Amino acid sequence: MRLLRIVPDGTKIRFVRFRRFSYPLSALFSIATVILFLSVGLNYGIDFKGGTLIELQAKSGKADIAAVRQAAHGFGEGEVEVQEFGSAGELSLRVPLQPGGEAAQSEVVRNARAALEGQYEFRRVETVGPRVSGELVQTGTIGIVLSIIAVLAYLWFRFEAQLAVASIIGTLHDIVLTIGFFLITQIEFNMTSIAAILTIVGYSLNETVVVFDRTRELLRRYKTLPVEELLDLSINSTLSRTAMTATTTALSLLALVWFGGQAIQGFAQVMLFGVLVCTYSAMFISSPILIYIGVRFREGEAVAKAGEKPARVAP
Amino acid sequence: MLRFSTAKVVSILLLTLLGFLFAAPNLLSPDARKAIEASIPAWLPSWIVPHKGVVLGLDLQGGSHVVLEVDVNDLTRTQVNILRDDVRRILRETRVAPQGGIGVMPRGVQLRVPNQADRDKLMPKLRELAQPITNAVIGQTGLATIDVTEGADGLVQLTLTEPGLVDRVRRAVAQAIEVLRRRVDAMGTTEPSIQRQGADRILVQVPGLQDPQRLKEILGKTAKLQFRFVAEPGTSSADVEMMPSRDAGGQQIPVERRVIVEGEDLVDAQPAFSQQTNEPIVNFRFNVRGAQRFGQATSEGVGRRLAIVLDNEVVSAPVVQTAITGGSGQISGRFTVQQANDLAVLLRAGALPAKLTVVEERTVGPGLGADSIQAGKLATYVATIFVVLFMFATYGLFGLFANIALIVHVVFIFALMSILGATLTLPGIAGIVLTIGTAVDSNVLIYERIREEAHAGRSIVSAIEAGFERAFATIFDSNSTMFIAALILFFLGSGPVRGFAVVFILGILTTVITAVTMTRMMIGLWYRWARPKSIPF
Repeated sequence: MRLLRIVPDGTKIRFVRFRRFSYPLSALFSIATVILFLSVGLNYGIDFKGGTLIELQAKSGKADIAAVRQAAHGFGEGEVEVQEFGSAGELSLRVPLQPGGEAAQSEVVRNARAALEGQYEFRRVETVGPRVSGELVQTGTIGIVLSIIAVLAYLWFRFEAQLAVASIIGTLHDIVLTIGFFLITQIEFNMTSIAAILTIVGYSLNETVVVFDRTRELLRRYKTLPVEELLDLSINSTLSRTAMTATTTALSLLALVWFGGQAIQGFAQVMLFGVLVCTYSAMFISSPILIYIGVRFREGEAVAKAGEKPARVAP
Repeated sequence: MLRFSTAKVVSILLLTLLGFLFAAPNLLSPDARKAIEASIPAWLPSWIVPHKGVVLGLDLQGGSHVVLEVDVNDLTRTQVNILRDDVRRILRETRVAPQGGIGVMPRGVQLRVPNQADRDKLMPKLRELAQPITNAVIGQTGLATIDVTEGADGLVQLTLTEPGLVDRVRRAVAQAIEVLRRRVDAMGTTEPSIQRQGADRILVQVPGLQDPQRLKEILGKTAKLQFRFVAEPGTSSADVEMMPSRDAGGQQIPVERRVIVEGEDLVDAQPAFSQQTNEPIVNFRFNVRGAQRFGQATSEGVGRRLAIVLDNEVVSAPVVQTAITGGSGQISGRFTVQQANDLAVLLRAGALPAKLTVVEERTVGPGLGADSIQAGKLATYVATIFVVLFMFATYGLFGLFANIALIVHVVFIFALMSILGATLTLPGIAGIVLTIGTAVDSNVLIYERIREEAHAGRSIVSAIEAGFERAFATIFDSNSTMFIAALILFFLGSGPVRGFAVVFILGILTTVITAVTMTRMMIGLWYRWARPKSIPF
């Protein structure tokens, strides 16, 4: 039986040379993300913005958007966003945060139910008051910052400082580009998005850890190998695994994008993008950083600071 | 290392069998699971028999998630009013008249008593108002609820202390939970969950509710019932309060400040129909103290209008025809049948100790929940088929081993979630699907390493052994980073997002057993049986 190989054996791709392209490219994307963040902004969901989200399904099977829009004027203050989505007859309504504190938000739902409950089934109703949304913003931010610090501490403990720094830079790169993806697609940014970003943090480090584990091993074995070749060798020898895992993860995420349903689609799309970016950055962003900071480079020799430490894995 | 002792093989197989057994109840209907639970003999600890399924989150089974917050400002105002009344009583008892009356501050009251002799009489009594705060954990805290200070020119200030208020909020939350539980239970819902969240919040989760709006109305009502007389012309304005009246279409009517009887003296309330007008009403009964007060007031006030005040609104103000001494009466107020029902529920459950505000609501209809489960199942099956086919196509027999380990891995996640009573949410399903993709990473790491070692010229046994050994450090590191991220998500997230973290954490923990130990065993057994000359991929 002939088995499938997505990466041929013994590749000798000179990955780190690509940094001449990958660094400017990633810099460009990162700057674009910052500009988009400041100009367009994220499409915050009600978790962070507060307000009310209502999903309706027409009982007759056909939604009358114009009539719903008309009725929505009476729900509360501000512009009510009415959209069709999913299958026929499904509508989503977004009512902005009402002035007047926590109690004022419930009024919106009461009005909406009174006006529309006759013709529509209320599939989902979410109301988040100003205080809760403020706290969720805080929680989300703390979560991302804390995870980066915790993982950095772990890497510092398990690896050498340079490897930890290089992988964190790669992870930050992945977070920034994922946020860029949110900005371009305008996928709603909510608590589930924080879950996606934290998972991407985990996946991103997973990818660099696999490469760096190999780098560290090779450092001990080939003490005189120039650092660029050392890194290329690390990436090439783990390339098959990287491609395999990226494929299986992407396959399962594709299943989620195609069949997982409306509510989870945004999450799956972001994760899919994240997996691709993590795979890219492990090879083209984090690894080449070591050329500059990781292993001290002197006269064509990799004098490995890390290599002086006793071997953790038996050769 | 490829030799597995029989004991080891048996214990791994046994563990797998247990995993399947404890995951199996998820295939049964909830009723069938209950039947199993009921049939467990009493002498057997119930956890030994697999009968629990994964608990579905509200986003999957439909239901309401409502977070209520104690209105601290309202509570503070009430406490200040109580303090003011207490001070007034003490002034009356000690016959001290403060200069310019009692001044109300946001957090307390102040009064000016220039006369030293008066102050000497007054101060000990005022100091008695300060109660020590006791804490369930550390007992006496040495702190008091009220701070009494004596300033220059006889200025006396009584301030509610911060720890005192915090303590009051804590107790209010505990009381409110009790009241809410009685109210929700009276609505006849199944398995509601009511718990404290943070310092001043209460989380109410009610699955599969037909009318979430009614739930919110019932939860949010303070339900403070009072009987007071409607003020007659000529009553001093200090003793009168204007209140909107339901009867008069929201018009303000004057009501005496003096309260005759309050809702806490009620022992029962039932919805009924008026015999005269046939409109829905609520019949109530007082306890002895309430009946006495009510009887006395109504016998003195025949011909006057008695206002029935609910949450600072006059529900109705009937004219007292005769003295009502039997201790029971009725409330009418142009109710619908449902309103009369709800009012009876509220009166029976008692009033909330403070105003509660809904700060967050998430309601999912049962239709959407069922659709989400359907979509989640489909995505899980498709992802499994994709990954299984891909692994088999790439690694052949070894891929098959990885696939068996993958299936066991998913079964283990379900078994653990069932045992722990963890909640499966929609993001949790996404977590399972994602885990299907990432769980084989360990296998991939091992297999690729085996290939490398074999290509480097090692014999098959030594290549397999080196593959497992060397890949393990990487597997440990890469799963640890994932684990840290998931753990943080678990502690920070709530509801659906936490469900995702739970799945991810369990997935990482079980992957070590399935992808490493189980795969190694299968490969070991295969090697002993087939004695291959080269690795088959």
